[in-house]
Amino acid sequence: MIKVRNLYKSFEGKAILQDVSLDIQEGETIAIIGRSGSGKSVLMKHLIGLLTPDKGQVIVDGIDINDVPYKELREVRREFGVLFQGGALFDSMDAFENVAFPLRTFTNKSEKEVAEEVEKCLEVVSLPDVGPKKPAELSGGMQKRVALARAIALRPRYIIYDEPTSGLDPETSNTIDELIKGLADQLNVTSIVVTHDMHSVLSIADRAAFIHDTRLHWTGTIDDLHASDDEVLCGFVKANEYQIGKPAATAATESISEPLP
Amino acid sequence: MSALQLRLTKPLHNLGRYILLLSKAFTSLGEFSLYRKNLFDQMVKIGIESIPIIALAAAFSGAVTTVQTAYQLVSPFIPKSIIGSIVAPSMILELGAVVTGFILAGRVGARIAAELGTMRVTEQIDALEAMGLNSIGYLIVPRVLAGIFMFPVLYIVACFVGIGGGMLVADFSGYLTLNEFVAGAREFFKPFDPVFGLIKSTVFGFAITSVSCYMGYFTSGGAEGVGKATTQATVMSCVYILFADLILALLLL
Repeated sequence: MIKVRNLYKSFEGKAILQDVSLDIQEGETIAIIGRSGSGKSVLMKHLIGLLTPDKGQVIVDGIDINDVPYKELREVRREFGVLFQGGALFDSMDAFENVAFPLRTFTNKSEKEVAEEVEKCLEVVSLPDVGPKKPAELSGGMQKRVALARAIALRPRYIIYDEPTSGLDPETSNTIDELIKGLADQLNVTSIVVTHDMHSVLSIADRAAFIHDTRLHWTGTIDDLHASDDEVLCGFVKANEYQIGKPAATAATESISEPLP
Repeated sequence: MSALQLRLTKPLHNLGRYILLLSKAFTSLGEFSLYRKNLFDQMVKIGIESIPIIALAAAFSGAVTTVQTAYQLVSPFIPKSIIGSIVAPSMILELGAVVTGFILAGRVGARIAAELGTMRVTEQIDALEAMGLNSIGYLIVPRVLAGIFMFPVLYIVACFVGIGGGMLVADFSGYLTLNEFVAGAREFFKPFDPVFGLIKSTVFGFAITSVSCYMGYFTSGGAEGVGKATTQATVMSCVYILFADLILALLLL
């Protein structure tokens, strides 16, 4: 379980997050939503200690990650798999080596076992044949899927997705959404999805946390979200519906009905 | 803090961050398995792959120093072997290390800053950290160690090739024979001179790689930021070389 308590963060005197408190339950899929630049990714980076809060705590499985030695923080981080916005694949390595990297670094598996594991991970993301390709030879969507294969290689308990569908066409976005939902179901992981894409949120999330004006403005289940009459939240959701060209709920239902690859 | 205060305290902020980065790198030295493979890769990239350009620059430096020394020695009362006495110590004491340093500030410094800077802006460094890997130990320690280990090797190459280049030009152009050159070089040779050059090249190796790692590791601002970090790494490395050169000469000679 992850607990965020009264978190404050500012950059060069400008407040980015103020008094943010949030509980993320074991096994749930929570979407952290908000406009671009609202501080979602900043909050995400606090969850794994990539940023240190000015004030407040981030507690992962009972450990205050900002109050432990670096070595212990690294142990905590190994419970996480992170899909970064641009994939963040190591461009000096091919797709196979990218997925193999955490296995070679953190496990004592033989090369044969590593190869089997990499193959499995690439199959989960429906890209079994991209192993020898360099990241530059892959499309944006494929890069994200390989990055997801790398994120799940060590079977993490938490997977963080930073804008997983941004910059992708609707069809590839649906594929990524299905993967996120499928992984949450199959691996029983806790998923934290940072996004402003309401289509994704309604497709995959159990709960949503809405950041607005540096503060956590609203949290609730997806049913609560549908029923909410909060003006700011409704404005944000409606803007998204306009963007995707049809009611988000309808689009979500369609995408869920697609089978997992 | 006001914008003016931020601007005034920025150099101190940068210095503090540089020292903190180095202290973190130092504490990562024990995790040898983390950077072993990278260390050998970097030794090849920084050291072995730089040999051709260092040899070329050193050969020309030695040759030009010989020609210019011969040009300035017009008195028949000065023995010609003095050319060897000037060229060899110049290469060993100054040119071998400084020419190597300046060339590597461009070749190695720029490459390190661009590589790490791109990794930073594309979140690859964040990805390493998020996996639970010590990114400083993995990325910075092997580059700085490779610089410390390989710069003295390149300095030795530069000295040999530079003096060799000087000897060949002296011989071909008829200023003096090879034997005269060697006799002159041996006459004023001090055993401490190459030791001083080795110390200097080690310091330059550390300065160039650590400054470039710092610039690259803390890059921000996308492609423009990478360009800025690369330029700053090269410029700052050259400035560090000049200061280190003077300070070491004052301290050790």
